[in-house]
Parts: sequence; structure tokens; C-alpha cells
Amino acid sequence: MTNALTQRRGATPAPTATDPAIGRHRRRRRGPGSVLLDAGLYVMLLLGTLVMAFPLIWMVLASFKTNSEISTLPLQLLPSSWDLDNFVAVANSIPLPRMIANSVAITAVSTLFKVLLGLGCAYALVFVEVPFKKIAFTVLLFTLLIPGQITIIPNYVLVAGLDWTNTYAGIIVPGLASAFGTFLFRQQFMQLPHSLTEAAELDGASHLRRLFQIVVPISAPTIAAVTLVTIVSEWNEYLWPSLIARTPELMTLPVGLTHLQDLEGVQNWGVLLAATTVVTVPMLVIFLFVQRRLVAGLTTGAVTG
Amino acid sequence: MGSPTLGIAVPETRRATARRKKLRRNIGIFLLLAGPNYLVLMVFTYRPMFLSFYYSLLNWNLGSQMAQFVGLGNYAEWFNDPETPRVLLTTLLYALCTVAGGMAGGLALALALNRKLAGRGIVRTVTFAPYVLSGIAVGFLWIYIFNPNIGLLAIVLGWFDVASPEWFTQQPWPLLMIIVVTLWKHVGYVALIYLAGLQSVPQDLRDAAALDGAGTLRTFSRITLPLLGPITFFLLITLTLSALQSFDLIRAMTNGGPLGSTKTLMFQVYVEGFQIGRAGYGSAVATVLFVLLLVITVIQMKFVERRVHYQ
Repeated sequence: MTNALTQRRGATPAPTATDPAIGRHRRRRRGPGSVLLDAGLYVMLLLGTLVMAFPLIWMVLASFKTNSEISTLPLQLLPSSWDLDNFVAVANSIPLPRMIANSVAITAVSTLFKVLLGLGCAYALVFVEVPFKKIAFTVLLFTLLIPGQITIIPNYVLVAGLDWTNTYAGIIVPGLASAFGTFLFRQQFMQLPHSLTEAAELDGASHLRRLFQIVVPISAPTIAAVTLVTIVSEWNEYLWPSLIARTPELMTLPVGLTHLQDLEGVQNWGVLLAATTVVTVPMLVIFLFVQRRLVAGLTTGAVTG
Repeated sequence: MGSPTLGIAVPETRRATARRKKLRRNIGIFLLLAGPNYLVLMVFTYRPMFLSFYYSLLNWNLGSQMAQFVGLGNYAEWFNDPETPRVLLTTLLYALCTVAGGMAGGLALALALNRKLAGRGIVRTVTFAPYVLSGIAVGFLWIYIFNPNIGLLAIVLGWFDVASPEWFTQQPWPLLMIIVVTLWKHVGYVALIYLAGLQSVPQDLRDAAALDGAGTLRTFSRITLPLLGPITFFLLITLTLSALQSFDLIRAMTNGGPLGSTKTLMFQVYVEGFQIGRAGYGSAVATVLFVLLLVITVIQMKFVERRVHYQ
């Protein structure tokens, strides 16, 4: 106890408090109140975790249950058998492998372009000297205030005019630019020491080489974080692809979900929840692996911006 | 100035030419690197924003060749529509509850997770996980749980001898249900952002306050909370913007119903523009939503940011 106190004292630059104050402080830190608080917190956190996790577990369990198991009371926790009937029914109703491929391809292409365009734009805004840089940045910043949802009607009219409805181009092209990613990249680039690129400039390295051989490797953590945040939002995107994709062959997984509901009806729980499981579980698994980077991506925007 | 001698004039012009050449080259490089991004933003963000104002002045149906200029007619119709007060109220209620609830819950969770408790990593992962899931999938999962007959929630309420409310048909439950699910989906994200902020609050500052005899509550309200100001501000703006644009959960759970009771402004844009096909009227609603977003953002920036950065 004294050890902890001296350590604490050591960490504080100039302990001005008198001894009684320290005594009071020690009692508060070690007293039964603190233990009780921790115990209460444990109970709360346990309950909270249960509320957060159980709906997802319940969904996975239900995806293996027959409709009569789902709708007869009292409910059973576990399905009577672990067969894949519901998943087969989903695949018979909608082209599931095709939708998975669509989701993967559209997410990959959109993310690649968003990151590349964002990197180029942020580099130009930080390292290339032009007189209109301030205006260019303001134009970029203002797009953050233009909600994507406001643009859907005119964009739909344009895409329909180009005959791009029910095409991949129609789904992908309108979302290729990212103001937010560019903004985060710019923040990161501005923190880089200028000597770094100046040395390369003296060596006669072109801007493209400076971008890809110096700036990008150093900024890898930020790029990875922005990439992951983009992947998550592209994978979950619903409204725009649901307007453009008319046939099941072009639908992404979330659009396929509502399409399945239209086909099967809202009461066909087993099948609907099997499809919901297919959409969510891969994302959850990937999330577990990349959590740290993803969190970094989400928090940089808040803490530095 | 007079006419300069030849010996001085030549290098100066040369330098000016070199400068101009470098500037031209830089502009070329700028356009090459930043051009594509700006091109897409111009075509798919700025152009539709202005076009949306223009469409809102037309009586025009999606896909139709005929458009009639009606001035502010669409806006007049929207303001006089008996449905409008309810749509506005639903939008504001949804935004207020999800933003305030999310921030309070997220901060509480972050404070709990900031204590060195065993297993807090697991709690953080589990509470954050719903944030990365598709809104449609989350909506489907929760309509199963909210089902008054066979849903998990009805069973749990049954343990306490409480009959399940008619979540999907009886007011005010449908909107409340969507608010609850939104909170479930977002609270882990808010906690995460706050946690990052809490970890940047210097420990010795809190220790010093404790040494001076400040209690836990006082340390929190006088030291921790003010230092979290900028983060609270960031969350306030981003959560409000996302609440006002929220679509997927409403689409999946109630589709705006029953009887329009969960129809927000955003959802009204979708219904008018794409289900009914009144592109002009839908654009007017979109413009109202845009103005509302701008006003709220500007108010938050003016009145909140000033209080945030005090030392």
C-alpha cells in the first residue's frame, strides 16, 4: 500500500497536498466503495454484453430451426437438428453465390477507387503548390456537409438517362469519390515532415514516385484504417444499389435480403434468418480479425479531426 | 522604372518564365492527381445538389417527358400537408432520442471500460460488433426478436408477467422500437470514440485533482468531461447527421408504417421520389432535409464549439 502511494507520488510532479489529504485519498482508492463499484460494474457489463450479443446468437440458432420449431411455444433454445435446410431454401429462392460475388466485387472495386482517388487528391492538396489550393480544399470540405441521400433523385435521373440502371457501373460509379477519406489522408500527410519529400524532390523524384514510394508506405496505418472503414460501409450499402439493381443477378447481399423477404413473405422466419446469418456472420468474423485497425480508423477522425 | 539595361532584363524574364513554367507544371500535376476525385464529386455530389433545388420547382414525375414549372408550389404543398407536422416530429424525436441516448449510453460504457477490469476487451468487442453490420440484416434480426407472439423479447417479458406490447401496430411502439435498435447498433461505436478520448486525458491531471481532495464525481465533472468536449462535439454532429439520414433500419423494420408513423424526412424523400415517383415533390422534401441539416450543423458549430475549447 505504501509502495503504491510512493509510486503515485512519484508520478505527480509536485505533490503540494498535506498528509491528511493523501490519507483520505488512499482510503478512497482502496476502500470498500471502490470494490463495490467494480462489482456493480461487472454485473452491469455482464448484463449489457448479454443484451448486445444474445440477439446475434439467437439469430444464428434460429437459422437452423424449422418454422414450426420457431413458432411453437414454449421456445427451445437449441434447434432439434443442425441441418442446412433453411440455407438451401435461401439458395433455391435467390442466387446466393452470385449475390455474394456481387457484394465482394462491388465492395472491392469501390474501395480501391475511393482509396486511390483519395490518396491522389490528398497528396495534391498537401504537396503540390498551386494558387487555388485553399478554394480546392474548401470545395472538398463542403461536400462533407452534403448528405448523400439528398443527391439520390438527380443521380438516379442521370444514371437512368445513361441507361446505367441494372448495371454494375450504375451501382459503382456515383460513389467513387470520398470526401471523408481524402480529408483523413490530408490530415495524415500534413503531419509528415516536409524534409522527407523535399529530399526526394532534390533527387528529382517525380510527384507520382514521391506519393507511392515515400508518402504511401509511411502512411500505411492510416490507409489501412480508412480502407477498412470504407469496406464496412460499402458492404452494408443498401439504398443506392437497391434502386439500381433490378434483377437478382445484380443485387448485393443486403438488397438480396429485402428481395428474399418480398419472395418468401415476412413470416418465413427460418429462411429469412438463415439469409440474415449469411450476411452478418462473415462480417463479424472479419471484424474480429481487423478490429484494432478498424477502431484506429474510426477514432482518428474523432480525435484529430 | 525606366528601361532596364539588357544585362538585367534577360535573367529576370527568364526567371519569370521558369516560374510560370513550374506553376503550369504544378497545375498539371494537381489536376492529374486531384482531378479524378473532384470530377466525381462535381458530377455526383455538387451537380445533384444544385439540380435538386431546380427539380424541387417542378411538377415532374420520374421518367416522364413532361415537367411543369410550379415555382415554390411543391414547398407550399409540403408545408400545408397535414402529414408534415407528424413527419417533422418523427424525424426530430428519432434524432433527439438516438443522439442523446447514444451519447449518454456510450459515455457510461466508456467510463466503465476505462477502469482496469478483467474481460473489458471482450465487452468492447461485443458492444462494438453490431456497428459493422448491415442495417437491413440488423432490422430483420430485430423484427424477429420484437415479434409479440414468438419473439425473444415477448418471452423475456413473460418471465415478469408482462404482456408484450404490439410493437408493430400500436403507437408509440413502432418508433420506439426503431430507436432502441438504433441505440443497440450505435452505442458501442460511441463508447469506442469516448474511450479513445478518455485515454488521452492525462492521468496525472486526475491524480492531482484527487490529491486536492476532489471526489470521483467532481473530478469527472470538472476535469474529465471538459477535456472530452471536442469529442462530444464531434459525436454530436456526426450522430445528428447520421440520424437525420437514417434509412436502412426503418426500411427493414416498418417500411415507414404503420400509417406513416415511422416516416422520417429521409424516408419521405424515398417514398415520394421512388415509390410514388413524384421527383419534383421528393426533391422539395430533400431540399427541406438539406436545409434542416445545414441549420442544425451551423447552430451546433456556433453555440457548442465555442464552449468546447475553454482552457
